[in-house]
Amino acid sequence: MSARSDLLLSLADDELIVGWRDSEWTGIAPTLEEDVAFSSIAQNEIGHARALYELAAAELGTNADALAFDRTPDEYRCAPLVELHLLEWAHTIARRYLYEEADRVRIDALMRSDDSELAGLAAKIDREETYHRLHAEMWAERLRDEPRFRAAVEELWPYALGVLEPELRPELARRVGLETAAAKERGEHTPDLAELWSEMTEVRRSEPGAEW
Amino acid sequence: MDARTQEFLAYVQDGGQVEATDWLPEEYRQKLIKFIEMHGNSELMGVLPEREWILKAPTLQRKLALTAKVQDEVGHAQLIYRVAEDLGKPREEIFADLLSGKAKFHNVFHYPTKSWGDVGVIAWLVDAAAIISQKALLKCSYAPYARIMKKICWEESFHILHGRDVILAMMTGTDSQRALVQEALDRWWAPLMQFHGNPIPRDEDPMWLWRIKSQGNEEARQQFLEGYVPQIWELGLTVPDPNLRRGDDGVWTYSEPDWDELKSVVTGHGPRSQERLAFRARFLEQEKWVRDTVLAA
Amino acid sequence: MTVFEVFRQERKGQPFAHAGSVEAPDAAFADAWAREQYGRRGESAALWLVPRGSIHAITDWADEFDLKYRRVDGYSIKARLKEARERALGPAAESR
Repeated sequence: MSARSDLLLSLADDELIVGWRDSEWTGIAPTLEEDVAFSSIAQNEIGHARALYELAAAELGTNADALAFDRTPDEYRCAPLVELHLLEWAHTIARRYLYEEADRVRIDALMRSDDSELAGLAAKIDREETYHRLHAEMWAERLRDEPRFRAAVEELWPYALGVLEPELRPELARRVGLETAAAKERGEHTPDLAELWSEMTEVRRSEPGAEW
Repeated sequence: MDARTQEFLAYVQDGGQVEATDWLPEEYRQKLIKFIEMHGNSELMGVLPEREWILKAPTLQRKLALTAKVQDEVGHAQLIYRVAEDLGKPREEIFADLLSGKAKFHNVFHYPTKSWGDVGVIAWLVDAAAIISQKALLKCSYAPYARIMKKICWEESFHILHGRDVILAMMTGTDSQRALVQEALDRWWAPLMQFHGNPIPRDEDPMWLWRIKSQGNEEARQQFLEGYVPQIWELGLTVPDPNLRRGDDGVWTYSEPDWDELKSVVTGHGPRSQERLAFRARFLEQEKWVRDTVLAA
Repeated sequence: MTVFEVFRQERKGQPFAHAGSVEAPDAAFADAWAREQYGRRGESAALWLVPRGSIHAITDWADEFDLKYRRVDGYSIKARLKEARERALGPAAESR
């Protein structure tokens, strides 16, 4: 596997898993209006994942669905931040906010990449992410003084750092206004991923190779 | 009935529509709220059986489509509840009545889902049954409700196509997949036949008298059968009713649905009624702080 | 919480039509929520969000006297036009 495929899969897996986590809020967000808006974010993320998987699939001689669903949990390259089961609003917004900030740092770098295909896709993703950021910032602003939100941000901060390569972490710290710290590194999965994967792939595994 | 109400009744029976700011007879307002509430509750509760399958969707495309479909249902609940709120019933009260069992939601959302076959059957046939009822609201005498029905019907048209696509993928797939569809259909048929309600004559249906609905229950069911049984049969699927047939006069006859089951289910005794209400209550409670602090401005 | 009325423009050049309402704590939330509820399918070229309290409604009119002179249906020119045409053609018609 090339470094490029590796990178693409890290990005795609992050978007797929965070999109899956965000889709858990369907029907149970704090208000119906927020439910509808939040669902769009989850769909966008799955859409980004699909586009990234398609780039990787072209290189690896497979297809996006096979990459998204047919690997074992250990083969996923997602950062621990996106795996965490956080079905509680303060934690969810904390993750949204931190993930968007980290993602912006990495997308900015990707848009300057020599890889024109990847840079182009990054630019497209960036345009959609504008609204995700607005949404996350709007909520983070509203929750700024709420103790459970601040506690959640603190708790998830090491995980947020782990989304990025070490050289990009100071930039994230600057934007978020927190000190760099020891990161929860990519490479070791949380127990939450295995459970998520089991549910995510249940139907797919019931009939391997079938078309749905 | 007093003169003013009589005049109002004549007006709506003549095709007249009213707005939120018009005078409404109390009986009309109450019946309207109850009807609209049940509709909104149904959209809301209908999300829960489908939500499970968003998480288990076996391809990226299906995950996107199903998430979008269910998002529409949540959006419909929002549109519908806003109409009820403008009629004078706050959302907290609507939720309280839903959770206490005082207010109802449609029978189909009280049943379990067991497989991806259910995903297809729900989107294709349950949504089809619903869209027939919804089209009968497009000319509702209460204009704000009629107007949102236009958006709702437009969005539901995608759902049925999506459902059909899911079914067709399975029906052209493996034997196990085909079996999943048949098995799901076998379970959903009875609730589908009960969905439009027992056949009270239109002239005895207050929803028709006040021109809230433009169609009686049996008319809706006949429309469903006429439109969808041929679609079911052409795929080689069977309907679990040996008495189902279309007469030469175009009228479908069928085994009498179990109206006791319908009554029992909508009053909260369905196989998943309490579990789903509890699930909804759990998250309403869990995020109450968000509404009370952050969103109260 | 404020009720924001949503006005929707389907395509550029078309009028904004009332599409529904969203209840939100402020304009930022109303924006985030309305754009998805009324635009997630790309079905709207633009949206206007207006707090309900900012809308001044007018629903009653005094229509006591005949105002038809202000409208097209207040004019019936058929008879006079026929007469005027006949007069214009008159000398030519007589000589035929």
